[in-house]
Amino acid sequence: MAFLDRTARSFLLWELVSGMALTLKYFFKPKYTINYPHEKGPISSRFRGEHALRRYPNGEERCIACKLCEAICPAQAITIEAEPREDGSRRTTRYDIDMTKCIYCGLCQEACPVDAIVEGPNFEFAAETREELFYNKDKLLANGDRWEAEIQANLTREAAYR
Amino acid sequence: MPKLTVDGIEVEVPQGATVLQACEEAGVEIPRFCYHDRLSIAGNCRMCLVEMEKAPKPVASCAFPAGDGMVIKTDTDLVKKARNGVMEFLLANHPLDCPICDQGGECDLQDQSMAYGFDRGRFIENKRAVSDKHMGPLIKTIMTRCIHCTRCVRFSTEIAGVDEMGMLNRGENAEITTYLEKALASELSGNVIDLCPVGALTSKPYAFKSRPWELTKTESVDVMDAVGSNIRVDSRGSEVLRVLPRIHEDVNEEWIADKTRYACDGLKRQRLDRPFVRVDGKLKAASWAETFTAIRDKLSGMDGKKIGAIAGDLADVESMLALKDLMTGLGSPNIDCRQDGAKVGGGARAGHLFNTSIAGIEEADAILLVGTNPRWEAPLVNARIRKTWLATDIEVAGIGPRLDLTYDVDWIGAGPQTLQEVVDGKHPFAEVLKAAEKPMIIVGSGALARTDGARVLGAAKKIADSYGLVTEDWNGFNVLHRAASRVGGLEIGFLPGEGGLDTAGMLEAAGKGELEAVWLLGADELDTAAFENTFVIYQGHHGDKGAHAADVILPGAAYTEKNGTYVSTEGRVQRTRYSHLPLGDAREDWKILRAVSEPLGAKLPYDTIDQLQKRMIELNGALARLDHVAAGDWGDFGTDGAMDDAAFTLPIDNYYMTDPISRASQTMAACTEAFLAQTERTGTDG
Repeated sequence: MAFLDRTARSFLLWELVSGMALTLKYFFKPKYTINYPHEKGPISSRFRGEHALRRYPNGEERCIACKLCEAICPAQAITIEAEPREDGSRRTTRYDIDMTKCIYCGLCQEACPVDAIVEGPNFEFAAETREELFYNKDKLLANGDRWEAEIQANLTREAAYR
Repeated sequence: MPKLTVDGIEVEVPQGATVLQACEEAGVEIPRFCYHDRLSIAGNCRMCLVEMEKAPKPVASCAFPAGDGMVIKTDTDLVKKARNGVMEFLLANHPLDCPICDQGGECDLQDQSMAYGFDRGRFIENKRAVSDKHMGPLIKTIMTRCIHCTRCVRFSTEIAGVDEMGMLNRGENAEITTYLEKALASELSGNVIDLCPVGALTSKPYAFKSRPWELTKTESVDVMDAVGSNIRVDSRGSEVLRVLPRIHEDVNEEWIADKTRYACDGLKRQRLDRPFVRVDGKLKAASWAETFTAIRDKLSGMDGKKIGAIAGDLADVESMLALKDLMTGLGSPNIDCRQDGAKVGGGARAGHLFNTSIAGIEEADAILLVGTNPRWEAPLVNARIRKTWLATDIEVAGIGPRLDLTYDVDWIGAGPQTLQEVVDGKHPFAEVLKAAEKPMIIVGSGALARTDGARVLGAAKKIADSYGLVTEDWNGFNVLHRAASRVGGLEIGFLPGEGGLDTAGMLEAAGKGELEAVWLLGADELDTAAFENTFVIYQGHHGDKGAHAADVILPGAAYTEKNGTYVSTEGRVQRTRYSHLPLGDAREDWKILRAVSEPLGAKLPYDTIDQLQKRMIELNGALARLDHVAAGDWGDFGTDGAMDDAAFTLPIDNYYMTDPISRASQTMAACTEAFLAQTERTGTDG
């Protein structure tokens, strides 16, 4: 019986018909494709995109040069140098991330005791040269200033799970 | 010898040992903050609590003497709970500063709270805050972090011998302070940083520079003085960030002097990182080939007697031997490793060594210091004498300028007359030496770097001979050098050959125009004005006095950049290890000499450091074994004759700047300013 059933299906091209039926079904459904870059898909508040160094609301940079991110970075993409600032506080003189080495694992933001280094929601930072992807402290702080609203919103949303 | 049981293991400890030591003997680790092997017992951190059978409550093991038949338990719930509680109390007022604290990563409190602490804090009240204290340019204080273990106070009063630190007030208000907010005036002050189990006392020059896990650790030997302290050089890339002590019971125990610890920032300033040749009166950067041509043009065909070589205080044995062989090849007998003109060497080996050995000081019962300031020339030798002075009733007398050496010294005279009186037995201290079982005499470089230096050495030898300083199992005759290279140079005979000139002779001949070329191997402590009309080849690592006078500069390697052999004042053979390669175009010194020997037509017969070291050992078997002291033979040295009347003077007038490295160091400049500036600054200064 099973033999007859299978033979009949293949002679009548049943698989093809059912496949084409599925195609026809999606033909009438709304499209999933979005028109990037004019349209963008939703991203999680845990999305790990481009790095940023944040500031406190009074403008003071958060990073205290504890070097925990440098220590935990599995790709060794972070380089930090530090010395006492004029007021005696501990601050970095150099904070470099080699974005070509970075594997976007997010361990740096997990290690940070003051939420200074974060991976923001931005993923559109492709560059034409490698050099543009060697981020320094100024670039990272500028990122922080630009994305602060989104980063803060994400952190607030995730606060309950940390 | 009490026998006791620790966690079921039976151990026997010497009488007077503590329960903590018994636990260590049994291989059980006891957490502690205030207890330290080399300091007196305080018993105030309570971290070492253990359970003792038949005791109503846990006992502080560090302060509890071990008794016969005790049963100690260290792994019970009671002990765990006690440690937990103590740790919580310690952390109650300790700030959560770890991310910005320099001790982070090597902090006893951090480690022990991970191992023995409670997993969360329950203290919600306000934490205590303490104002920071000023302790000079070397020690940074963040006193809020202090847990009052008092290790620093005990170190400064017991080992360093300066009563300038203490604890004021009590309970909640207790504070460690230097009383008058003065800099801690000791050459050993940096050790309190290592002793501090938390981040309350940290290194000021190293502040925020690095984390312990970033550093490459190289085990090496110090060359700032002739003690040969064992050190660990912590570097990152080609930058030495800090120097820490290594434990060596016979040399430095676990302390190092401040110059050793802090002069390392001089290693990156004023460095010679490329060759230079003087053209039309000005030093011009050149290639190695150009410098070799310049040297060959000048030296080839020159009479060997018109060439001289002087080795400086930081030279290693290998480079001195290479230079000696080169000079022999050029036919020059004018070589000297004693740039200060000290009249030592040449005679029996015991005549230039610290024969008693540094650890041997602890057995001595009388010491005569001759023209020396051990506190500045060898701070760790001084610390040993103080240790002996504290533990026994040793008698110390000194001939020379009056000094505060942190222990009682009977200053019996100022110059050679008093020494002569002791030799003749006319001075009362001669009786003390005679009566002593293990007497010592320490002759400093101040007493030997005089025109009558050899006669002073001879007088000291007479004292040694006539008062029983040298017996079968004791040699109380000691020369205290202050240059790391000195004994090494004397051991390989870097001394004037037959008819050769010594340093003073070379300077004089150069002034008269009889010496036409001189090779300075890192020799900077000279009056280089005499070399005005002499062709000066300076080989070294710092642009100091010698380099300024040079016609050709060959950039060499500093002690952190080469594997060099150094022989300490007691004759201990030790080797430095390179932590990074020499800067720029600079090369290891023996390689430079080997390379330049070829165009000069006096090719040195070794191509590798192993061959060179083999030659070194053939020359003097005493250099064969590392970390070994070959006893010196007692024989002839020094000369007879009347000594001059002039009082002994001391060679060092600024402890913090004695060599090219420390002179280039900003930290050492700050120390000079803080500790040695004689006059009080007024409002109109600067």
